[in-house]
Amino acid sequence: MSDYIKDAILTGVWETFVMTFFASLFSYIVGMPLGVILYSTSKGRLLQNRAVNFVIGAIVNITRSLPFLILLVLLIPFTRLVVGQSIGTTAAIVPLTIGAIPIVARMVESSLNEVQPGIIEAAASMGASPLYTIIHFIIPEAMPSLLQGGAINVATVLGYSAMAGVIGGGGLGAIALQYGYYRYQKDVLWTTVTLLIIMVMLIQELGIRLSKKHRKT
Amino acid sequence: MDNVFELQNVYKTYKNDGKEFTALKEVSLTVKEGEIFGIIGMSGAGKSTLVRTLNRLEEVTSGTVSFYGKDLASLKAKELRKVRHSISMIFQGFNLVNQRTVIQNVEQSLKIIGTPRAERREKALKMLETVGLSEKANQYPARLSGGQKQRVAIARALAVDPKVLLCDEATSALDPKITNEILDLLKKINEERKLTIVIITHEMSVVEKICDRVAIIDDGNLAEVGDVKDVFSNPQSKAAKKLVFPSNPFDPSDDEGQIVRIVFDGTQSNVPFIANLVEQTGLKVNILSANTRSVGGIGYGQMIVELPPRAEERQKIIDFFRNGGLSVSEVNRNE
Ligand SMILES: Nc1ncnc2c1ncn2[C@@H]1O[C@H](COP(=O)(O)OP(=O)(O)OP(=O)(O)O)[C@@H](O)[C@H]1O
Ligand SMILES: [Mg+2]
Repeated sequence: MSDYIKDAILTGVWETFVMTFFASLFSYIVGMPLGVILYSTSKGRLLQNRAVNFVIGAIVNITRSLPFLILLVLLIPFTRLVVGQSIGTTAAIVPLTIGAIPIVARMVESSLNEVQPGIIEAAASMGASPLYTIIHFIIPEAMPSLLQGGAINVATVLGYSAMAGVIGGGGLGAIALQYGYYRYQKDVLWTTVTLLIIMVMLIQELGIRLSKKHRKT
Repeated sequence: MDNVFELQNVYKTYKNDGKEFTALKEVSLTVKEGEIFGIIGMSGAGKSTLVRTLNRLEEVTSGTVSFYGKDLASLKAKELRKVRHSISMIFQGFNLVNQRTVIQNVEQSLKIIGTPRAERREKALKMLETVGLSEKANQYPARLSGGQKQRVAIARALAVDPKVLLCDEATSALDPKITNEILDLLKKINEERKLTIVIITHEMSVVEKICDRVAIIDDGNLAEVGDVKDVFSNPQSKAAKKLVFPSNPFDPSDDEGQIVRIVFDGTQSNVPFIANLVEQTGLKVNILSANTRSVGGIGYGQMIVELPPRAEERQKIIDFFRNGGLSVSEVNRNE
């Protein structure tokens, strides 16, 4: 491998990291509240509301069922609108975020669903409001599960970021495509694949450790 | 004495997928300030439903539940939350937040009512001292035994200085020794703070040990309510009799023979009256069942005996017991 390619790979790792970090962050900023709304408006929950639950649930299900590659292409005009361009690392963060939001929302919902109803009842008996109960009882109790889900989500975003390379998103995915596929440089292909796997494994490990540290049961 | 709770003709009907089930029927009762009020009944009788109407965790279908004269159903959400600050509750499953330390759990109730941080900590520590768990303040609930968890729940419930404590099967998950410790603690708090306590249980021993009055719930109906010593020494309703005097272990030897129940209390429990009967009258009775219990430190007992077939002998025996100060009543065979 030439120095030039080594540099490209290093830049790729950095770009992948940047895309994954920001897309994960933004998808949680939107997906976490959506997950909380999905949870709390469902039947028998604190803020039961069929209409809200149905509408948000439907949007989440539709975006989630679209293959990510299709979403990438569909979102090109939107991305151009938001960041002024449709290729490059920054541009890739937009579809990555949009694609991850519904996954995050469902993951958060299912973590919150695991909280024992008795705890919610205890909060009600103490005169806690629904919002207070969610913030101070339900979310803290679900924290270990939320962290575990978080690691899975970040790893998923990382995987998607490699796909973003296809439409000029940069990162390790783009390098694998460029050198490994178009120029038949097998060593570059395998190096990038190995790096991607290591990054996913690191994220998973970090998630499991954080979750373990938080789990007091 | 003020009435803390007053229930009038309370009905509760659950509706699920078109099916209806009436869990409470025409329940009327009062809970007085400072007393320990027991609610006992078989599983599924409606005890939990009843206690949950007291803080409106359950809405009544008809009838009224008032707390210090105020109809709970009339309260708006915010007002109800405020009222709940003075009606604390503990549960069979403890319901602590497992991801928070003991002291954080206790502070939660204080945080809800808006106690400032420093004062919160101080009050929570004091409460932990009251329940004897000071040294566990920074542990997580998973490290505690069942009895200790319930103590944390009690500390959390009482930190806000409520007027009433509702206990739904609070000791049912605990062994007898720990149950006794928790009951002693509740009794102590009842006396020290004049705290009104409502205790739901299916265990007679719990009622016997600490309750002043008891309500017996049977299939959604209030079967009987009164002072524990009255209800337990002389139950009137069928449900109460079934609870207080479990079924007879022996069948009578003669289908036609008369069966009576003899009830005695602390004043006679050390007199050997069956032996005296034989000695003084030469007549014998067939004992079908006997048991004793202690209510508030006084011994109570009852005996189901079969009397001899001849009428004059029967009368003699009944007179003998009555003269000795025992209460004698005829037992219906199919009871
Ligand atoms: N949400 C509900 N929907 C339908 N039926 C219910 C509901 N909650 C309780 N019930 C029914 O109401 C009846 C009384 O229930 P409740 O929980 O009050 O009984 P309990 O006396 O507390 O029994 P246990 O000693 O087993 O706790 C039961 O037959 C139960 O099946
Ligand atoms: Mg119950």
